[in-house]
Amino acid sequence: MTATAPRRTGAVTPGSGNGSPPPRRAAIAARHLRTDRWWIQPLVTMTVLLAFVVYSSFRAFQNAYYFAEPYISPFYSPCITTGCEGDTFPEFFTGPSFISPAIYILIIPLGLRATCYYYRKAYYRSFWLSPPACAVGEPHRRYTGESRPPLLVQNLHRYALYAALVFNVILTYDAVLGFRDETGEWGHMGLGTLVLLANAALLWLYSLSCHSCRHIVGGRLNHFSKHPLRYKAWTQISRLNAMHAKFAWLSLFSVAIADAYVFLLATGTISDLRFF
Amino acid sequence: MELERHEYDVVVVGAGGAGLRAAIEAHESGARTAVVCKSLLGKAHTVMAEGGIAAAMANLWPEDNWRVHFRDTMRGGKMLNHWRMAQLHAQEAPDRVRELEDWGALFDRTADGLISQRDFGGHRYARLAHVGDRTGLELIRTLQQRTVALGIDVYMECTVTRLLTDEQGITGAFGYWRESGRFVAWQAPSVVLATGGIGKSYKVTSNSWEYTGDGHSLALQAGATLVNMEFVQFHPTGMVWPPSVRGILVTESVRGDGGVLKNSAGNRFMFDYIPDFFRKETAETEDEADRWYEDKKNNRRPPELLPRDEVARAINSEVKAGRGTPHGGVFLDIASRRSADYIRKRLPSMYHQFKELAEVDITAEAMEVGPTCHYVMGGVEVDPDTEAARVPGLFAAGEVAGGMHGSNRLGGNSLSDLLVFGRRAGAAAAGHAAGLPHRSELPDAALADAARAALAPFEREGGENPYTVQHDLQQTMHDLVGIIRTAPEMEQALERIAVLKERVANLSVEGHRQYNPGWHLALDLPHMLVVSEAIARAALAREESRGGHTRDDFPATDAEWARTNLICASAPDGSVALTRQPLPQMPSELAEIFES
Amino acid sequence: MTYDARFRVWRGDATGGDLQDFTVQVNEGEVVLDIIHRLQATQAGDLAVRWNCKAGKCGSCSAEINGRPRLMCMTRMGTFGEDETVTVTPLRTFPVIRDLVTDVSYNYDKAAQIPAFTPRARDGDGNHRMQQVDVERSQEFRKCIECYLCQDTCHVIRDHEGNKAAFAGPRFLIRLAELDMHPLDVVDRRAAAQDEFGLGYCNITKCCSEVCPEGIHLTDNGIIPLKERVVDRRYDPLTWLGSVIRRRPRD
Repeated sequence: MTATAPRRTGAVTPGSGNGSPPPRRAAIAARHLRTDRWWIQPLVTMTVLLAFVVYSSFRAFQNAYYFAEPYISPFYSPCITTGCEGDTFPEFFTGPSFISPAIYILIIPLGLRATCYYYRKAYYRSFWLSPPACAVGEPHRRYTGESRPPLLVQNLHRYALYAALVFNVILTYDAVLGFRDETGEWGHMGLGTLVLLANAALLWLYSLSCHSCRHIVGGRLNHFSKHPLRYKAWTQISRLNAMHAKFAWLSLFSVAIADAYVFLLATGTISDLRFF
Repeated sequence: MELERHEYDVVVVGAGGAGLRAAIEAHESGARTAVVCKSLLGKAHTVMAEGGIAAAMANLWPEDNWRVHFRDTMRGGKMLNHWRMAQLHAQEAPDRVRELEDWGALFDRTADGLISQRDFGGHRYARLAHVGDRTGLELIRTLQQRTVALGIDVYMECTVTRLLTDEQGITGAFGYWRESGRFVAWQAPSVVLATGGIGKSYKVTSNSWEYTGDGHSLALQAGATLVNMEFVQFHPTGMVWPPSVRGILVTESVRGDGGVLKNSAGNRFMFDYIPDFFRKETAETEDEADRWYEDKKNNRRPPELLPRDEVARAINSEVKAGRGTPHGGVFLDIASRRSADYIRKRLPSMYHQFKELAEVDITAEAMEVGPTCHYVMGGVEVDPDTEAARVPGLFAAGEVAGGMHGSNRLGGNSLSDLLVFGRRAGAAAAGHAAGLPHRSELPDAALADAARAALAPFEREGGENPYTVQHDLQQTMHDLVGIIRTAPEMEQALERIAVLKERVANLSVEGHRQYNPGWHLALDLPHMLVVSEAIARAALAREESRGGHTRDDFPATDAEWARTNLICASAPDGSVALTRQPLPQMPSELAEIFES
Repeated sequence: MTYDARFRVWRGDATGGDLQDFTVQVNEGEVVLDIIHRLQATQAGDLAVRWNCKAGKCGSCSAEINGRPRLMCMTRMGTFGEDETVTVTPLRTFPVIRDLVTDVSYNYDKAAQIPAFTPRARDGDGNHRMQQVDVERSQEFRKCIECYLCQDTCHVIRDHEGNKAAFAGPRFLIRLAELDMHPLDVVDRRAAAQDEFGLGYCNITKCCSEVCPEGIHLTDNGIIPLKERVVDRRYDPLTWLGSVIRRRPRD
């Protein structure tokens, strides 16, 4: 097939280049004409995210009440300094005592969530107001999005995912340890075990449904038919991916609930409901 | 006079499938080519085509070949087709479809990775290359992207109001930008008409506002002729409810994929309407018809898949006999016959269309459908090999050209028609331009006259509103020159058209020239009237029933009329003159195909 | 079933204009475009509006209805209360020509800049062979009817006219994704997607997916996978190293 070299570039537009002023948009003064309560969603998102940030910061810096045999709070696992309560993970080093062990850890889940394609939407809309809602004008004068530093770093999402997958293994291990009793004997189970298990499951669902994961598993292929197994995996992950936002919220809540449960146990406010 | 001027070798009027295919071919043949279209690029009516492109590629049925396709096409047109067009069409369609893949089209696939093909009314084998039920969109997008990649000039939202000619033939075209109302003229020795159809002259139609018969009318004005204008196809299944969507198409694929037609008593009435002509290849019982979907070799086709004219007439009769639905249609039921998943996968846009526009879930309940004006078989009389009209330099392809489909078009043959004859027209137009030693200048007097005519509606004060006239024309054609026709009604229609012509001459429009739809309509109305007159005159003359032309007063086919075409030309007084012309004789090696 | 509705329609051109009030009859089952046509036929003969198929297939009648980008032919009057005023304005992101008609040539310019589809050679028998699972992803994007509602709603250009030069908009980012996932295409457009078409400007706030009348998942299935493909090439040292060492083709 022969193709002739292009002579011109597509459409001919009328009246261009005749010295008339540049085209103008319709003169509508209002920033938007939406009649629904579009501000509710960004407001709710902002409130919930802020509440989580406040709570998790408080807990991370508290450096106490994160271990109640046999449970460890997900904020403090894997606990890797010699200052750690309990004995759930090898203690690698002794950091300055004013740094809570949680600080070494939270960087990973924080990195995953901060660069997550869903949370990006959520916080760009609710915190940055860029845009606050669809077809509602944003307040900024300039906008370059993720096209330059620092936001270019969002492209490293997949590394946060790899690290988070390792954490998922550890948190699953923690949940399994919940089948021991206070003395380390296996064959025990309490409400705390369930809380940790549910948290681990939701974290797995959240990370596996991630867009980067979907891409790595099969999305980058152009010929699915030549890779039937990866296609199958991609299909399954695509199905989960449709619920990524839901898992993002549920796992956020479950982490906070798991931590709060351990906190309540460790402070002696409640005692664990024992099944057997 | 303020006028923008351009010079090209080939100007293509219309940017649907035929226009774009012609432009691509003309460009690749080395011609400087422009496309002029009334809408934005990519919005042409081709996007509405749903079912597929008919081409005997034999991807699913090795038995299929161009001869079978040729036979189906001729029989579907009740043998009134120009045999040579039907032959070229059947022979070249497969290559035209494959070529689309080289330009980026993504058809649904067979298990072997070839282009999948689906069943359609009147086609013996599953033959329609398709993409779900949005094949037209795929076709137009592919051609649009190819056109853009080649850098062909496209004049969007620009309407041609006149073709300019001298004693040698075409010299160019005159039109206006819809956006600004400014005039523009193209000097070009070749013009390809690809303006589509005429459906907007009818009240209930699947066609968009663009289908005002511009090309038919421009050709007549320029001295060319029209053939087969009495044959207007009413698609059997258009939506009937709610009123605002009445006429919107429900694709034939619903029936191809298992849907059946039922009357208000719940009977599959199509079994009562099988004509002798198709009895041999149509199932007699519901069981056989149902088995056909699974085993096509040993069973005959369901009568729901008869050619469109048969099905439209049957629906019309059922409704008239009082067995219609509450809103005056019949039921098209696929919900009770196929799984919801299957329906959503095979017919996504139908699912969407009914859900959004009629609040009907087609996976759970039956659709209400009735006939809708869909396609005009008639059009510019052209040479089958070059699509050249009788005026040198004038070419026509697609719906605006006549002859290919005879008295009735098979579903799927339209998209293949666009590609096959669009390409041929583009090549011939480029050839014509290359063969001309010198170019004629556009005479100022003719340009000034065209401009004066276009501005006339602004000059008149207190005249009638163009929307009212259009409404009255649509009502007239719907009531008097519709699916079932009689001589007294058509005579009445011609009288009314004469009155409407006077009213159009006295229209006035408000506002100014910038994007003024009232003015645009005022300029389209004369085209609609000429075309309506051609249809009514030809329909009144043809005293038989055949394909898309049904006479209550002459219900049978007639052997003499089977050999006769009606040709419309422009009379000196601006009315439509009719002459009879013998049908071209099919060579014996093709005639043999029909004897088996 | 029939009632009189209050409409506010923006009328004017590039030199100015305003919202004008109309009272107009509405019948059962009608859509906003029917009402606009009734205004044309009875009260405002020169009211400019662009439309074609009136069945949601051509994407011509895009406008903003009560501040939200919609197709007029697919917005049923039944979704509004009878006492609700319906406001119809032209697409805000593009220059206005007149009334509800805007100049969408930005989109045609961007379309022309995208490196054209370039297929691999046909098989020996003249066919291209592709499996259904391989074409389905690109097919989703080819459902696009080019109504440009996604372009209109995208804040990158809606709120920042100056970004138009650097950013092609969601419609053309999914066009790039379509070509990149096309089983026959042999051109690598990833660098161009980032550098020439402004993929990085997208902050995936998903308004494009919300307005798409075809239900295309622009962000999840198109733009994000394209961003990930760009990461493969640009920002992932491991993938880059892997492709260099193993001279691995893109698959």
